[in-house]
Amino acid sequence: MKEAFTVPKTYAEINEKIRKGQAVVVTAEEMIDLVEEEGVKKAAEKVDVVTTGTFGPMCSSGAVLNTGHSTPRMKISKAWLNDVPAYCGLAAVDLYIGVTEPQQDDPLNTVHPGQFRYGGGHVIEDLIARKDVRLVAEAYGTDCYPRKALDTWINVKTLNQAYLLNPRNSYQNYNVAVNLSTQRDIYTYMGVVKKDLGSASFCSAGQLSPLLNDPYYRTIGIGTRIFLAGAQGYVYWEGTQHSPSEARGENGVPKCGSGTLAVVGDLKDMDTEFFRGASMLGYGCTAAVGIGIPIPILDEEMARYTAVKDADIVAPVVDYSHNYGHNEGKPLGYVSYAELKSGTININGRDIPTTPLSSYRKAQQIAGILKEWIARGEFFIQEPIQLLPTPDTGQKFKPLKERPVSGGVA
Amino acid sequence: METRRVVLRFPKHLLDKPITSQLVRQFDLEFNILRADITQESEGLLIMGLTGKKANLEKGLRWAREQGVEIQPLSKDVVRNEKACTHCGACINVCPTDALTIDLETRDVIFNANRCIACELCVPACPFRAMEVAF
Ligand code: SF4
Ligand code: SF4
Repeated sequence: MKEAFTVPKTYAEINEKIRKGQAVVVTAEEMIDLVEEEGVKKAAEKVDVVTTGTFGPMCSSGAVLNTGHSTPRMKISKAWLNDVPAYCGLAAVDLYIGVTEPQQDDPLNTVHPGQFRYGGGHVIEDLIARKDVRLVAEAYGTDCYPRKALDTWINVKTLNQAYLLNPRNSYQNYNVAVNLSTQRDIYTYMGVVKKDLGSASFCSAGQLSPLLNDPYYRTIGIGTRIFLAGAQGYVYWEGTQHSPSEARGENGVPKCGSGTLAVVGDLKDMDTEFFRGASMLGYGCTAAVGIGIPIPILDEEMARYTAVKDADIVAPVVDYSHNYGHNEGKPLGYVSYAELKSGTININGRDIPTTPLSSYRKAQQIAGILKEWIARGEFFIQEPIQLLPTPDTGQKFKPLKERPVSGGVA
Repeated sequence: METRRVVLRFPKHLLDKPITSQLVRQFDLEFNILRADITQESEGLLIMGLTGKKANLEKGLRWAREQGVEIQPLSKDVVRNEKACTHCGACINVCPTDALTIDLETRDVIFNANRCIACELCVPACPFRAMEVAF
């Protein structure tokens, strides 16, 4: 991979240009055309930053809230926000609300498929919308924290801290879900998937998606400044299930899940246009999160990576009626995002209509906003303070190896 | 000209009669079949949009009723809350009439209310509850 680059640029040089309002910024879509027209070398010389974007359901998201102390003080041990349980095993008045948590009395899947109308993601959306949210809390009471019950409205404007803290977002690539069962439609986190190969769900912005434009995590690492739900946020760690050592195509792009990011950002600056609570029929609650990441064009290699197009990115087609749930079988095949976005893919000789879950329109919007921020000198590129684990670490997402407990329940 | 979306139920003995084509020819109407089914009771169910002059529409529907067809207007409407819709596309595979489609160029999800039969399948299938029933 080591070549002599003709046009290496540094982060400092790019930021200096941004400061002067001279940086050339294009979206990952525009970069494709530019490289096609002018070649990698010219594009690398010309362009300073390429912006990416994605907006789709992202479980493993949640928010940290510090409510401040009541009078008298209370060490909250159980809490509900608009009837959605929040985690309070952190401190006295620090709460964590996760997006997949349903409302306390939700009927779940007792009548299948359950609707899951309101959950943690909706609470966070309401907070971002600056709506009042009802906080009900209980405690056992201590000498220093005597209070035992609380029922009050809170608002994001008056919380001490309220920040999104998402352990896993921005999957580099993802499965395409199909249903081999001839008996019934299935209800999954990939939406409704129709029986007998009746539909195929996919969930990536493809050529606009952040990690697909920096396949080896050369510029996206810990400390990278990003667009997060309308605010400026940061990558704070590798995401859970980060799995860099998956099979890759010749262009370096992984052919399945692989890389992920853990991201953080201030709820108070966010916009509900780019954060939405979501209800997946028969599956549960989650949230859709908008993320955009700027990629500095340090050299020709980065220019080549950011010119990746849908036709060159493939995803595995996986049966979700049985194989996925039981960790069995192999993908039924691989299809490109160009095929997925054409509306039909062909698997086992059958034409299957495709269903996107990730909003490409919002992904474009995000890449466009980020481009504007940078061009206006409001957003600077942050060099990672540490890189994420790369494929040469051999790191791979492992299944749980169960070690039965004698006398256990399973 | 006006368009009405109607639900037509044909009893068994009318199933092989060319009622729809007569309706169109005699009353100068255009039709757009949104859904056609034979139900378990072997009754024919047809949901369609009829377009034509108001007077002709009324005459035509009266005539069809006289032939024994049961006719109801589509009473409910399913509407899209444009602010809530993220244009993801998660709804397009559940819609039986292609009232929800994706523009392959712009990637916008298009809701064509004229094709909608208010079956409500998209209502719970939309992760953002952007499809709403309006009475
Ligand atoms: S699923 Fe809902 S949000 Fe997505 S395109 Fe359809 S109506 Fe819009
Ligand atoms: S209610 Fe929804 S699913 Fe049914 S026809 Fe109308 S748009 Fe399609």
